[in-house]
Amino acid sequence: MRQSDRFLLFLLGVLALLGAARLHALQRGRERSEEVGAMTSMARRLGLTDLCVFTDARYTRHPSQADRFAPFQDHPTSLEHFPSGSLVPPP
Amino acid sequence: MRRLRTPPWLERQRYLLDFTLSSLGRRRGRNLALLALYALVVFMLASVLMFTQALRGEALRILEGAPDVVVQRMVAGRHDLIPGDRVEQLSRVRGVQEARGRLWGYYYDTYTQANFTFLVPDRFWGKPGEVVIGEGVARARFAQPGDPFPMQAADGSVEILEVRETIAASSALVSSDLVLLSEADFRHLFSVPRDLYTDIALTVPNGKEVPMVAAKIRGQMPDTRPITHAEIARTYEAILDWRSGLAVLVLASAVLSFGIVAWDKASGLSADERREIGILKAIGWDTTEVLAVKAWEGAVISLSAFLVGLLLAYAHVFVARAPLLAPVLKGWSVLYPDFRLTPTGSPFLVATLFLLTVVPYTVATVVPAWRAATADPDAVMRS
Repeated sequence: MRQSDRFLLFLLGVLALLGAARLHALQRGRERSEEVGAMTSMARRLGLTDLCVFTDARYTRHPSQADRFAPFQDHPTSLEHFPSGSLVPPP
Repeated sequence: MRRLRTPPWLERQRYLLDFTLSSLGRRRGRNLALLALYALVVFMLASVLMFTQALRGEALRILEGAPDVVVQRMVAGRHDLIPGDRVEQLSRVRGVQEARGRLWGYYYDTYTQANFTFLVPDRFWGKPGEVVIGEGVARARFAQPGDPFPMQAADGSVEILEVRETIAASSALVSSDLVLLSEADFRHLFSVPRDLYTDIALTVPNGKEVPMVAAKIRGQMPDTRPITHAEIARTYEAILDWRSGLAVLVLASAVLSFGIVAWDKASGLSADERREIGILKAIGWDTTEVLAVKAWEGAVISLSAFLVGLLLAYAHVFVARAPLLAPVLKGWSVLYPDFRLTPTGSPFLVATLFLLTVVPYTVATVVPAWRAATADPDAVMRS
């Protein structure tokens, strides 16, 4: 088999896998849609304002509710010291 | 029967591709290492972009259910409890359909060293003395329905509550650290006086009136801070934007890596590569053919690395649930929700990654080859 044919077969294989990933995404999207809908109605029912992703500090748990000083509450000039602070900047 | 003939142009490109692949094969170790590193950079970049984009999409959809306006009271620049009579005053603001005092707060659990979020639902369906807990809390406390749930009250006494039920794990993204309880239990545990609330949530049926309502509240109650639904959404857009901490870090590393590769390529070819170009020219190849081989070389490496990196990133984020990103996202959290994200395969994301990775490398491969290919073969081989 020519080398170019082998390379094209490799490309086709990877593209087929990416196609399978796309189908997987569509199927998972349909499954997840119900769960996301349930979470939206839970947020409405309980009045939730934030996602529960970072639970290590108050301002990372509820970034939309934190005030400007939240990361610096121990001391006005102290550096904020949680690793999630690199992902969630002061509001 | 007539055999289908390949068009001459295509046949010519196949021969050039054959030549390119055997040329790459002569420097197998170097090219495989380059391919692996290249795929790794694409994988890292794609993983972070896919994860943040998926989380952002879910955040915006879920938080459609968030209150239209939340009114906090500020004292000396800090969030403070708000008096109950403000609920009545706020419900009279034109445009507001309903005002509701919310009770919620944080509890540092010394048993598990985790932070829990305590919240009083509008209509708590359990009895006083019972709690409904999120899957993260249940996991940390090894608690099941019917188990005791001890906690230390603000006055130092230990109160034994009972787990009524656990919230479904499928909604962990909003409820993992939640402990729902009755108003009486909340006020007793945290010593919150009867007529004080954490903040007040407003329902404003007409979304266009929200900024006006917020402005009115700021005017009538200067010690408050109204947070609108749009501001909540903007917070998540900002955190999970490509400019957010993690994404920018990985993006900067990727751009720097490509900068180094491109600079290395653009600064000149190796002696072997120059000799190869010289020989090709000496045996009669013209400049366009040499450039075509070099363009194929760049395309083979960058396209393979791009596709493999993209595929691995998809599997990492949406099949394996991003185990390599988890330590960064967890930080020092004890409770970390176990959640699955909705896969995103946005064409914009793929096109951005393609433009960031494949195009610069291919261009960087062709430019020095063009310089060598346009020179005299004798001079190229001797240099």
